[in-house]
Amino acid sequence: MVNRRFLTGLKDGAPFILVAAPFGTLFGVAATETGLNLPETMAMTVLVIAGAAQFTALVLMQEQAPTLVVIITALAVNLRMAMYSAALAPWLGKNRPGMKLLLAYFTVDQSFALSSLRYEHEPAWTLADRTSYFCGASLAILPPWVLFSCVGAVAGNAIPAWASLDFALPICFLAIIGPSLRSLPHVIAAGVSVGGALWLAWMPWSLGLIVAAMLAMVTGAWAERWLEGQS
Amino acid sequence: MSSYPELWFIILALAIGTFFFRWSGLGLLGGRVLPAWVLRHLRYTAVAVLPGLIAPFVFWPPATGGVPDASRLAAAAVVLGLAMATRNVAVAVICGFTVLYGVQWVTGG
Repeated sequence: MVNRRFLTGLKDGAPFILVAAPFGTLFGVAATETGLNLPETMAMTVLVIAGAAQFTALVLMQEQAPTLVVIITALAVNLRMAMYSAALAPWLGKNRPGMKLLLAYFTVDQSFALSSLRYEHEPAWTLADRTSYFCGASLAILPPWVLFSCVGAVAGNAIPAWASLDFALPICFLAIIGPSLRSLPHVIAAGVSVGGALWLAWMPWSLGLIVAAMLAMVTGAWAERWLEGQS
Repeated sequence: MSSYPELWFIILALAIGTFFFRWSGLGLLGGRVLPAWVLRHLRYTAVAVLPGLIAPFVFWPPATGGVPDASRLAAAAVVLGLAMATRNVAVAVICGFTVLYGVQWVTGG
């Protein structure tokens, strides 16, 4: 598994350490502030391993929201993982069941974004190439996330407010989104996503984001078809 | 001890649910290729979810109580612009944080 493609993935994933470090630290700090002890914080980070959903759960727990609302909302934030998994299936789905369990665990925003972009540009890659790349990218991203969650949980409140670590998440995602805005339909879909999410923010349980994402997906696909018809 | 009841129930429910989402496509679809119209929609998954996920953080940052903030808006514009122009994530991230801290320093925020 450790080969040239694995190293390419590791290299592509490496810049995200700059993001996983502050963002993971922030999660550890926020979890401690919410009242989670170290084992609880680490269990959440290792088992759920999805930053946005972890933060969502913390915020709702701080607000003493009902248990079911915490679960449904955080899972709604993670529903996009099912879309990622379906999108990765043509590339990685022919692996053995055990390997697919591992790859499923590795499926996060960054590994998906890097891989789906890379696979489209490397049509000659074999299943083994793609699998190695995915593992390399994931192992650049996930261990720092877990490690720095631990650092944050231990460091507690020592991080100064001026560091504005809350903005590590948007900066990370914007850096991922930028390169993927490579065609007009992608730009249109991103615009619908932003507009829809802001417009539908009143909807309970993060449903606004899900609805906005579905609208954006349909709009992007429709725009692609329409532009194909024009050319 | 924990400040929230049923914390472990929440952690396990999120872990199992999230893992099922992550596994669903790979495990249930296998290597089968979905119809063209489904693939056309899936191509826009990331770009449909992620901008909407972070838009509220950019325009209504929780850290400022939801009031739009010049340093965060400027940092977001710089990161997105550089990421689109250079396709270099590290450069975009570093410049984004530089702008974020720079504007906060200038405005005394």
